[in-house]
Amino acid sequence: MERAPTSRFKPTELAKTASGISGLDEITHGGLPRGRPTLICGTAGCGKTLFGMEFLIRGATEFGEPGVFMAFEETADELAQNVRSLGFDLEKLMAEKKIAVDYVHIERSEIEETGEFDLEGLFLRLGMAIDEVGAKRVVLDTIENLFGGFSNALILRSELRRLFRWLKERGVTAIITAERGEGTLTRNGIEEYVSDCVILLDHRVSEQVSTRRLRIVKYRGTTHGTNEYPFLIDENGISVLPLTSLGLNHAASKERISSGVPALDEMLGGEGYYRGSSILLSGTAGTGKTSLAAHFANATCARGERCLYLAFEESPQQLARNMRSIGVDLEPWMKQGLLRVDASRPSLHGLEMHLVRVHKQVAEFKPDVVIIDPISNLVTAGTQVDTEAMLLRLIDFLKSSGITALFTNLTSGGNAWEKTDVGVSSIIDTWILLRDIELGGERNRGLYVLKSRGMKHSNQIREFLITARGIDLLPVYVGPEGVLTGSMRAAQEARESAARVEQEHAAERRQRELAARRAALEAQIKALQAEFAAAEQEASASAEQEAARERALDEQRAEAAVRRGGPTLAAKAGKTTAKGKAK
Amino acid sequence: MTAAKGGKNGSTKNGEPVETWDLRLYTAGQTPKSMAAIRNLKRICEEHLPGRYHIEVIDLMANPRLAKDDQIVAIPTLVRKLPDPLRKIVGDLSDESRTLVGLQLRRHQEEERQ
Repeated sequence: MERAPTSRFKPTELAKTASGISGLDEITHGGLPRGRPTLICGTAGCGKTLFGMEFLIRGATEFGEPGVFMAFEETADELAQNVRSLGFDLEKLMAEKKIAVDYVHIERSEIEETGEFDLEGLFLRLGMAIDEVGAKRVVLDTIENLFGGFSNALILRSELRRLFRWLKERGVTAIITAERGEGTLTRNGIEEYVSDCVILLDHRVSEQVSTRRLRIVKYRGTTHGTNEYPFLIDENGISVLPLTSLGLNHAASKERISSGVPALDEMLGGEGYYRGSSILLSGTAGTGKTSLAAHFANATCARGERCLYLAFEESPQQLARNMRSIGVDLEPWMKQGLLRVDASRPSLHGLEMHLVRVHKQVAEFKPDVVIIDPISNLVTAGTQVDTEAMLLRLIDFLKSSGITALFTNLTSGGNAWEKTDVGVSSIIDTWILLRDIELGGERNRGLYVLKSRGMKHSNQIREFLITARGIDLLPVYVGPEGVLTGSMRAAQEARESAARVEQEHAAERRQRELAARRAALEAQIKALQAEFAAAEQEASASAEQEAARERALDEQRAEAAVRRGGPTLAAKAGKTTAKGKAK
Repeated sequence: MTAAKGGKNGSTKNGEPVETWDLRLYTAGQTPKSMAAIRNLKRICEEHLPGRYHIEVIDLMANPRLAKDDQIVAIPTLVRKLPDPLRKIVGDLSDESRTLVGLQLRRHQEEERQ
C-alpha cells in the first residue's frame, strides 16, 4: 500500500479499501469493504463495467494494488479500447503485470449439460490470474452471464456462493457487477450472496436530460451516506458528487475584497465583499449584471488573483469585446492566465456535468473567485428542484474551498423582484439587486443592496451608470417630487442650478443698489453741509454789517453830541464803542 | 482435410469417409465427478464410436493455463474438437441421451442404421 486510506479511521472499524473513484470514498467513509465482495448493480449502460475498471486501474496506479478483471461480456481488447477514451491505458498496465484481464466466453448454443458439474474451471482461472499479478482487487463483470450459459441454476447458485466465500478466503476486495432485475436488485438474486456492500447505479432521463445516480443500498458494519448521489462519467472516469457538504463548518474570512466599483464598495461598508462569501446580482435583462460581474473579475485579476468566469450566455471573445466598450479590458488577464472564461450552453450537459466541470476547473485552475453568469440559465439543464440542489452543492463547495463566488441571476419579468427563480437567495451572503426605473419616458438603472451579511451596508438606491470608463453609481435625486433618475434628474438639477444663479444675481443687484443708495445719501449729506456752511457765512457777514452800522450810528451820535457839546454823551459813546468791539 | 481424413481413417460400407473423433475431457483433480465423466465417456465411445475415437484427458489442476486458453469454465467439460464444429458438453456425462445429442452422435447413429 502506497497510501493508507484507512488510517484516518478508528482501528476497530471495518477495514476499507479506497476505491480511488472521486467522491465515492467520501460517501462510503473510506471505500469498499476490504477483502470482501461488493455488488454493483444497475441497468444496462449505467456504468457498471467502468466502475469496476476504474476501481482496478486506480488500485493499480494509485494504491499499488494489482487487480484482476474477469470479463464475461467484453474481450480484453474491447475493454482496453473502451477505457482508453477515459484516459486509462489498460494495455500498458497489463504489460506491466499490474492488471490481468481474463475474458470468459460462454456460448449457450455450444454447451450441452449432461449431469453434475461445477465451476472449478472458473476458480482455477481466477486463481491463476490472481497469482499472476499478486492481485488485491478482483472484478467479475458480469457474473450473471453464467446464468445465460448454464441452465442448472441450482448448481450455479451453490457455485456462486462458493465463489464469494473463496474470494473472501483469498482476501481480495472484489466487485461483482449484476444487471438490475424487475423489482429486484439483480436479475438472478445475486444480492443474496453478496451481503456486505451493495451499490446501485441508475441512469435516468427526465425532461430530455440524463442523470446518473448512485446509491449505497447496504454497507454492513459501517455508516455511509444514504442519499442518491449524482455521478458522471467523463474523460477522467467516474465522479460521484456528495449532495451536500458535511455541515456548515467552513471558515469565515474577515478579509474584504473590492467589488471593482469604488462606489459599490462604499455602499458595502466602505470595503467591498467578504472574501469567501457568495454574492448574488439579480435583475431583469439589461440591468448591467454582466458588466458588474466583469468589474469584479477585473478587480480580482488586478490584485493578481485568479478568476474563473463561467459564461452561459457569451463566448469569451464576445465578453471581452463587450466589456472593452465599457472600459474594462479583460483580455490581458486572459493572456496572463489570471482569468479563465469557460463558456458553454447550459443545455450542453446535465446539471451534474456542470457541477463537475466547476469542481474540476476549481481543482485545476485554483481560482480565488468564481463567477457564474447567469445561474438562472441552468434551469434549462434540469428541473427547478435539481437546479436548486445543484446550486446549493455548488455554493457549499465553493464556500468550503474559501472561494468568493459571484452569481448573476436573471429575474424574469412579472416576477417579484426580491425573489430568485432558482431559490438560492437564502444561502447568499450579499445580494445586490439591479433594477430599472422607468420615469419620464426613460429607463434608467438603479442598484441597491438587498442584504449583506456581517457588514453595515448602505440602504440607498443608487443610480447605476454604465459609461465608457466603467460603472459609476450616483446618489439618486430624492426631492419633493420623489426619486428622479436620468434626464429628469438632469432637468431637476438644471433647474436647481438656474435658481442658484438667479439668487446670486439678485444678491449682486442688492449690493449694487445699496452702494448706489449710500452714494446718494453721502451726496445729500455733502449738499446739506454746503448749505449749512453757506448759511453760516451769511450769518457772520450780516453780523459785521450790523457792527459796521452800529459803529456808523455811534459815530453819527458822537458827531451830533460834539456838535451839541455834552461830555456825558461822550462817556456814553465810549462805552458803546467798547461793547461793539467785544462783539 | 476431409480427403486426408478419409484416406487415413478408411471408409464405411457405402464408401463415405469415416472420421476419427477427437475428444478432449477437461477435469480438475481426481474428483468423483471427473472420474464418473471419464468412465461414462469411455463407455459411450465404445458403444457408439468403436475404433474411431481418441480421448485426451486434461487435468487443469496441473495445467490451469489451458482453462483460459480453451475457455473452460465448468468442470468436467468435454470438447469435441473433431469433427467440426466444436462442441462443448458440460457435466459428468451421466445423462447419456443428452451426451449423444451434445456430441451430435444421434444423427450419425441414425445414418448408420439406414
